[in-house]
Parts: sequence; structure tokens; C-alpha cells
Amino acid sequence: MKAAVILFPGSNRERDAVAALEAASGTRPYEVWHRDTELPKVDLIVVPGGFSYGDYLRAGAMAAHSPIMREVKARADQGVRVLGICNGFQIVTEAGLLPGALMRNAGLKFICRTVTLRVENTDSAFTAKYRKGQIVRYPVAHHDGNYWADAETVKRLEGDGRVAFRYVGDAGEDDPLHNPNGSVRAIAGVFNEKKTVLGLMPHPEDAVVPLHGCLDGKPLFDGLVEALS
Amino acid sequence: MKAKVHVTLKRGVLDPQGKAIEHALHTLGFDGVGNVRAGKVIELDLKATDADSARTEVEAMCNKLLANTVIEDYAIELVA
Repeated sequence: MKAAVILFPGSNRERDAVAALEAASGTRPYEVWHRDTELPKVDLIVVPGGFSYGDYLRAGAMAAHSPIMREVKARADQGVRVLGICNGFQIVTEAGLLPGALMRNAGLKFICRTVTLRVENTDSAFTAKYRKGQIVRYPVAHHDGNYWADAETVKRLEGDGRVAFRYVGDAGEDDPLHNPNGSVRAIAGVFNEKKTVLGLMPHPEDAVVPLHGCLDGKPLFDGLVEALS
Repeated sequence: MKAKVHVTLKRGVLDPQGKAIEHALHTLGFDGVGNVRAGKVIELDLKATDADSARTEVEAMCNKLLANTVIEDYAIELVA
């Protein structure tokens, strides 16, 4: 599997993404600067976390209009897998690859801790190595992770199995207490229609080696390698 | 021509900053205040000299970048 990681001014999780991809695939991913207008031939594009453009205007708004994003959108239209993590989720959503929007956390606080998630759909290259309903733990670190979409869109997402991950309690129970940022229906990650684009606020790339204290993110990268090699 | 763009969260979209401001105002004794909404103002200088083309241009800017119309409304104020 060949992957590209997109870099913006203010990206800061690109090394974690590169390390997780390299460990899983055995191949170092390309790192592509936001001003570039061309992408090498790749099977996967990762838009990593950080604070692109200092979150000016709205988180992800500036980066969504970077020159490279035109190419990312064109590749996504061709079915190339796109993974947007944290700020990357905000960027690909602002770019129109995913529905809805990421707003300021309902509690107004920056949240930096590990959260418990339930894998809601395993019918994608991203989630194929998980069991449906599996409980996993990934870290989060964000200020604008409050996923919002109108009621009709949420209904469509849920009906079409496009909710990838949901925030839940440690035993997998649905409980608003364990929704860290106020996301509608506790949605932590969503797919596009073809399930070739995934955006999520939590960081699977920071749960892949024993030193992270948790290996729950590893199946996501292993699944991509298996599907795309 | 100058333009001021007011961007606010849509009615029905929870505005936690507005809520926090409202709470602080109540704490300060301003009991008669409610429905506080926080937004932003963006000021622009435009080359356009007539109001119609200025408005059309700023509307395009709002839809493309200045506002996220999934969650935000915008209002354009033109100043000659």
C-alpha cells in the first residue's frame, strides 16, 4: 500500500500518521506539502491532525481551499481512500468530502484524553479488521470536535450505515455522559456514501504501539494495508 | 466600497459561547438578558463601486469561505 500524508502549516500529527502507516505497510508514505498541486499515485491519502492555519476563521476552513485539496478531491472522486483525522476530519468536511460540520466542543474546553468508542460499521477498508460493535479506545485532543448535521442528514447517515464510530461508555453503553464534545448522536466518525472516505476526531494513529498504552488503532491501519495492497 | 459581513450560528444550532456569555451576564446581575448569540464580523474593502456587484461578490465569498452554510448564517452590510 502506498500512502500520502498531506502537510499544512500548523499540522502537528503528521509524524504519528507517517509512523503508523510505515509500521503497518512497511513502506514510508509520501509527505505532500499543501501548496503542491499534484499527488503521486497512491492508494490512500491521510489528512492528519493539528491546527492548520491556527484554526483561523473556522477549524479546517483555510486548509480546505489549499491547492492540494483540489487534487485530493479529484482522487477521492476516483475512489482513492481518504482518511481525515481530527483537524483532517475538519478539513475534509469543510472541503465537502463529508457531510455536516465540526463545531466548538459543547463544554467549550479543549479535551485531551482517551475515549471509548464503538465500531458501528465494518463494511469498509478502514474498519474491516474490527468486529461490528467492538469497543475500542483511542485518544482525542481537540477543541472543535462537536459533530453537527441536520436531522435529515443524521437520519440518512444512520440509515446507510455511515456512522463509523460512536462515543460510548466503557462497557459500550450509550450514555450522553460519555459524549465528550456534544456531537449529535455521539457520532465520532463518519463515512462518505461509498465508504471510501472516513473522517474521525479520535486518533487511531496514537494507539498502535505498546508505548502508546493501547493498540486499538492498529487494526484500522492493518485493514487498510490488507484491502489496498 | 466597504462591506461588513456578520456571521452567526443558525437558529437551532447550539451556540455554547453564546450560552457561556449569557451565563456570565446573569452572574453580573444583568437578569433581563436572554438568547445571547456570539458571532464574528469580517470587514472588507472592495474595488467594486456599485452596490449590486459588490453584494454579488461578497455573497460568493460567504458561500465559498467566509461562512459554513451548514451551520452558519451570514448578513452583508455595504458601506459606501
